[in-house]
Amino acid sequence: MSEAATLPKGASVVVIGAGVTGLSAAWWLARSGIDVVVLDKFIVGWEASGRNGGGASHYQSPLFAEEQRMWPQMDELLGYPTEYRRERIIIQRDPALLGHYRAVGRMCTAMGYPVDDLDGRQAQAAVPLTDETCLGGIHLRFGGHANPQRTVQAYAWALQDLGGRIFQHCPALSIETAGGRAVAVETPRGRIACDALVVAAGPQSGMLLAPLGVDFPVTSARAEMIVTEPAPLMAIGGVDGNGLYGRQTLRGNLAFGGGPHEWIAMAPTGPAARPASPLARNLARRVAEMFPRAAHLSVIRSWAGIVENTPDGRPILDRLRDPANVTVATMSGVGFGLSPASGHAIRDLVVDGACSFADIAKLGLARFADLEPDWRERRGWAA
Amino acid sequence: MAVDVHAIDGKLAAPDERFDVVVVGAGDAGTAAAIAAAGEGATVLLVDENPVLGELMGSDVPLFYGGRMTAAVQQPGRMLEQIFASNPALEAAMEAGVDVRLGTCAWGLYANGPAMRALPEPMLGIADAERATMIGFGRLVLATGARDLVLGFAGWDRPGVMGAQGFAALLTRYDAFAGRRVLIVGSGALALETARLALSRGIAMAGIVEVADAVQWSALGELGVPLFLGHAIVSVEVGIEGVNGATLATPGSPARIAVACDTVILAIGAIPATELLDAAGVRPGETIALVGDCASVSRPDSAILQAWCAALGRHAPPETIVCQCEAVTRADLIGVQPPRYLDRPERMAERSLSTLLADGPAHPDQIKRLTRAGMGPCQGRRCREQVACLLAEKQGIPLDRVPIASFRTPVRPVPLGILADWHESAAMTAGWDVWFGIPTQWTPYAIIGTPEEAEQVSGLGGNMHV
Repeated sequence: MSEAATLPKGASVVVIGAGVTGLSAAWWLARSGIDVVVLDKFIVGWEASGRNGGGASHYQSPLFAEEQRMWPQMDELLGYPTEYRRERIIIQRDPALLGHYRAVGRMCTAMGYPVDDLDGRQAQAAVPLTDETCLGGIHLRFGGHANPQRTVQAYAWALQDLGGRIFQHCPALSIETAGGRAVAVETPRGRIACDALVVAAGPQSGMLLAPLGVDFPVTSARAEMIVTEPAPLMAIGGVDGNGLYGRQTLRGNLAFGGGPHEWIAMAPTGPAARPASPLARNLARRVAEMFPRAAHLSVIRSWAGIVENTPDGRPILDRLRDPANVTVATMSGVGFGLSPASGHAIRDLVVDGACSFADIAKLGLARFADLEPDWRERRGWAA
Repeated sequence: MAVDVHAIDGKLAAPDERFDVVVVGAGDAGTAAAIAAAGEGATVLLVDENPVLGELMGSDVPLFYGGRMTAAVQQPGRMLEQIFASNPALEAAMEAGVDVRLGTCAWGLYANGPAMRALPEPMLGIADAERATMIGFGRLVLATGARDLVLGFAGWDRPGVMGAQGFAALLTRYDAFAGRRVLIVGSGALALETARLALSRGIAMAGIVEVADAVQWSALGELGVPLFLGHAIVSVEVGIEGVNGATLATPGSPARIAVACDTVILAIGAIPATELLDAAGVRPGETIALVGDCASVSRPDSAILQAWCAALGRHAPPETIVCQCEAVTRADLIGVQPPRYLDRPERMAERSLSTLLADGPAHPDQIKRLTRAGMGPCQGRRCREQVACLLAEKQGIPLDRVPIASFRTPVRPVPLGILADWHESAAMTAGWDVWFGIPTQWTPYAIIGTPEEAEQVSGLGGNMHV
């Protein structure tokens, strides 16, 4: 839709937020033949959805099994490339950390997600950019990684191919309610009525929901990454370790993040800026230590993404009681990899009122019923 | 109030060194500013990235050298001597007490703002061939000059096509220009300056190409150089040593003119080299000043650029490269196609810049991430304006309404091992976590709210990712 395109008077489902979670939800809804419109303040995937490490290995989530089932099919189902690749390796050069990750590996294996231990020699063979300073690691025979912006765009295009509509540069200003239901969303381009509403607006969700009397506790922080020029391709690009998460892209670039974040204030229009800090130097050090054979490669950019977190760092996926036709979603910093499954869960909540493939009861808003008003300050999370 | 030990507050170190005045760029304006500040009793640091390593020049960083350097640029010692010889004021600066550091690039500017409070003070990141250093400043003077404005045509990615800034640098700063007969593209002030420079150095002029029917600066008509007015470049002919000729055409005519030349110099215009400010989101003000070309050069008029872009684009086959680093062609860009190492499924063929633009104005950063144009080691220096021009053309809007793809720090490629902070603060090391350091984020769902959750917290410290 062009900037001037007319916003329809209504849609069965309106999704606020064209991030990876909102778009996946819209895609799943459209796959069920539902008329869906997605609104976004700017461009698809412009915030954390398009600015992240691309990891897909959050095995702690109840959505993870579904994610694992979906990811290998996503390129074909969406019809557009996501750059998804399977499996991950975590290497370490510190004996204590190596021990920690071996324990994590045993726990994963016990959960049914197999992990192999790698000794120093095996780890060095599997990760040719490291050297003898690498003491070993673990090989996750599950999980993986994909290209964030490419994946978001793939969801958007796949949604459009199914008849869904996306209105960029069209922020939701407020939600109109009547008789215990959300009946419409107000935008600068007019009002759009809805039978059901999905709020997946990331850091902005709290501000949109507050006037409805819904406390949606999220607060935002900046996370940073660096990217190098291309290195020779490793067989498994999803290599973490030495305090870092990230991936080698299929082009060969090493893209890694980690380290301290900065809690920042958020305007309804989004972050004022997304500056990167000298943390790039601390990241460079850890990448150079993890991949000594790549230490001569140049860093060609650093960047930051703004990520919202809930008080316990776990997602909120819930269909509200009042207004009863509103489904709310934040993935609290672990949303990219889980997106094929989070969209499915949201679709189920919108259509059936309950998730069909996993118990997600513990991800409901009810857990925050007794949250202290100053929960940010109590955690040192105030901007 | 509680403290988040994993937050960045208090972890970013103070600068390694401080000066009252830091000047970036030791050209005429920068050197003069440094000498003046020293004369007022200030402590002054003057950094300049020249001599740039030959390897970086090969990637057209920071200027579009187009592979027309002589082998001399591979000898840093000789280049250093050459730089002193070409700028006698440098010695005066040293005598005035200025700390002059050559072969030292300024790769990052950091200042607190609405989305960052964590810096102890504003600072500038610099790096030489050995290490990176953070510099505090009372006043920062950017004398970073201008960068080349590059527009493509068939063969522009071959050795011998270069920018006017790169040409001037090779001649006047390095005395290391390898060409002998040049064709100049454009007829404005920069083209005139470039032509005069070439003539003064005894370099043969194959001519001047101007897309309009008249030269912009009439003095160009008085140089006794062939003028190809109303013409654009169709392609360059390439031999074993790169360009050996250019083919010109005029709109609507099948006639072609062959011009013998070994170098094509793009002199349509230049862009102020303010990427340090752009990447930091900082504007000049009381503490940051721009002097010299980066303050006085203005982007060429949008209409002129778009006329050039349209004329060159008319002849450019779809396989013409737009982004050299990532080998992105015009067809790839116009089709917003993924890079060649990815499959292009059937449905991709129905997607294009036009369908993307139907969703609303696109941002060049979005195009960049989808096509990879501008994502390579030259950091988009050679393709930013081309991408913006194509976006303007496809949307039928003036170029100045299209944002330019973002610059990111480091604004010069800096090796990992050099950029690295090998002496980071103890607070940084102690507070480091892979992600946000929220232990409950990593509790397996099944054990949330069970006694096992507490066991996991004590057993693994609660955090899967440290």
